[in-house]
Amino acid sequence: MTDDDLVFKALADPTRRFLLDRLYKRDGRTLTELESVLEMTRFGVMKHLRVLEEAGLVVTRRSGREKLHFLNPVPIRLIHDRWIDKFTERRISALADLKHELEDTA
Amino acid sequence: MTAMTETRVATQVYRVYIKATPQAIWDAITRPEWTARYGYGGRAEFDLRAHGKYRHLASAEMRAGGSPEVAVDGEVIEADPPRKLVLNWRMLMDPEMAAEGFTRLTWEIEPTQGGVTKLTVTHELEGTPKLALIVGGSLEKQGAGGGWAWILSDLKTLLETGKRLD
Repeated sequence: MTDDDLVFKALADPTRRFLLDRLYKRDGRTLTELESVLEMTRFGVMKHLRVLEEAGLVVTRRSGREKLHFLNPVPIRLIHDRWIDKFTERRISALADLKHELEDTA
Repeated sequence: MTAMTETRVATQVYRVYIKATPQAIWDAITRPEWTARYGYGGRAEFDLRAHGKYRHLASAEMRAGGSPEVAVDGEVIEADPPRKLVLNWRMLMDPEMAAEGFTRLTWEIEPTQGGVTKLTVTHELEGTPKLALIVGGSLEKQGAGGGWAWILSDLKTLLETGKRLD
């Protein structure tokens, strides 16, 4: 699997997107904090966090005895910069062309 | 369970994997001819030893946006080429951010398999809320650039393709 595949796979799950949203709101949380709002076992949450970590979307750091989870936005940025930009640009320029054409013939 | 004690963490962590040697990445971070070519641009000047001075000169574009000559200043806390660089780091482009004072910035470079190197940026942003917004990319729509995620994406493209992002 390529890096992009891992990111898309990780994002293709509502629980994992929820975890990323939680970290976006406030970064550097422990597993205990992250599991406290989910109707899921600690083990289940750990599994989801591992998928996010393997995709590079979550990076963990030790702080004393705690393991903190940080949202790493770089993989999403890479997909944005390499993919989404490309397609949205083309679509926007196609719309701009259409607008010009319609206005010219009006 | 009632009110849980939530420790506030103002640190931001960014990680990217780049197909380049640790030395190439170290050079891209520390040498002015490289720093001018990605992210916000501008030439970085380092005295790469403990307590050595660090400053990042504003690019023409940054100066046009109102930046003073020196956009970032600071001090080297630890330089272990090509593995680790720890800096005291203060943004001077904007008076409010300059007033927030120094932050700690750590670059960590670790080789992995297949000629791919793991680069991790840790920015400790205690008491610098405005700087945290800009380096977190939250002010991109206001024209302030995409912060660390954007810088690292651009750096990866430069080192892997020799070109910048369009």
